[in-house]
Amino acid sequence: MGGMTTDIKLLDENGRRVDGRTPEEMRPLKIEAGVLKRADGSAYVEWGLNKVLAAVYGPRECHPRHMQNPTRALVQCKYNMAAFSVDDRKRPGPDRRSQEISKITSEALTHVVFTEYFPRTSIDVYIEVLQANAGTRCAGLTAASVALADAGVPMRDLVASCAAGKAAGTMMVDLGKEEDNFGEADIPVGYVPRTKEIVLLQMDGDLTHDEYTKGLNMAINGCEKVYEIQRDALKRRYQPRSLDAEVGAPQDAAQREVA
Amino acid sequence: MQASDSKEASREIVVPGDLLDSSGMRPGPGTFTEGRKVYAALLGIKTVRQNVVGVVPLSGQYMPERGDMIVGKIDDVSASNWLVDINAPYPAPLHVNEVPWRVEFGETSKFMVPGDVVLLKVVDIDETRRVHVSMKEHGLRKLTGGMILDISPSKVPRVIGKNGSMIQMLKNATGCRIYVGQNGRIWIDGELDDIVKAVKAVKLIEDEAHSVGLTEKIKRLLEDGSRKGE
Repeated sequence: MGGMTTDIKLLDENGRRVDGRTPEEMRPLKIEAGVLKRADGSAYVEWGLNKVLAAVYGPRECHPRHMQNPTRALVQCKYNMAAFSVDDRKRPGPDRRSQEISKITSEALTHVVFTEYFPRTSIDVYIEVLQANAGTRCAGLTAASVALADAGVPMRDLVASCAAGKAAGTMMVDLGKEEDNFGEADIPVGYVPRTKEIVLLQMDGDLTHDEYTKGLNMAINGCEKVYEIQRDALKRRYQPRSLDAEVGAPQDAAQREVA
Repeated sequence: MQASDSKEASREIVVPGDLLDSSGMRPGPGTFTEGRKVYAALLGIKTVRQNVVGVVPLSGQYMPERGDMIVGKIDDVSASNWLVDINAPYPAPLHVNEVPWRVEFGETSKFMVPGDVVLLKVVDIDETRRVHVSMKEHGLRKLTGGMILDISPSKVPRVIGKNGSMIQMLKNATGCRIYVGQNGRIWIDGELDDIVKAVKAVKLIEDEAHSVGLTEKIKRLLEDGSRKGE
């Protein structure tokens, strides 16, 4: 943050950003649930140029055994960036950054999952970043919570996530790569829309109190929009079939079987 | 927020955190409450019955329940127990006392070895989620021959159908012997062609579990198959 300089104009005379967005505008977000057949639940997220895949296994027996909690389930996340996800090849394997993101994602998700329903188990969440363009931890958390719901894990709500930050002296939502690299600050937020709780909050860079408050509100507004797209993705996974299916006479019988 | 009349809303898909009712209905399975409000805890279909709102899950792990008939796979053998994989988050120890044979201490592997498949009943599951299974009841036994098909446990009720109508239709049309475990494991035995037909039908049920007119579709598939076979 800060340190680096560039001749890129992060905000032009018309108040447009590098990719033509206004400061309040998010990058286009697309979510698809249930994309992997072998995992219990999965989700694929395309957020601007970010491409993130999340898979959920479990609840299943917790290994190693000494990690088991006799009263609740463990939510274990693994965030990983593919070697080809960034411009210069990323050295594969866990590093300080991905360990941190794994930890904060686990903690954010633990907050909404009914862990007490599955003592002694672990719920494993794998987040793979296929292509990165700033904001991958938000994209990862967003994908992970859709994948958890898709896996049929009982939850209090979905976690939506979005970032805000400061670039070219202006507060803006959902920073892109150039804004993140050459901007002044970045605040990723994880948010539970139903209860208005914050389950993830970090800040990289320096902000005044007013800037921070404005940024946080921008990020939360972003989370609300993300939340709607998450819900839509989950509903869409099961809806089209029941609508497209041939409507035959024994409709009633089939419906009663479900109930 | 949503209409609480019982006829409507029967196929409404809800996601975790959705408000189901705030008019004082009782919380059913797949829900949780905060104050007087009932929310969905699962991705599923909202169901209203009399005064209870619940969510029928569309996915999820099998959670053993007392009285469930399940198909288990022997995973491990010890002196007085078999460890059975029952496709749940927890393994189930099967004690020698819960088996229809008289087994001397240390002779467990003379009766069943890892890889064997058994038909079991869940006797009990306590709050710490320790599963107690038995093979002593009538009809429970070691399953030999046939094949195992794994499906999503949330689709089991569709494979069985109302009052067993679907499974009865499958059995009649294919002539196979079929056991559907509540844990999503299905054991099928019969002539090879018949097994293939049954597997195809079960897979279709799993894929189209929540589409309307399913029974009719399966009936057509089974009739088609039998005509081609002749």
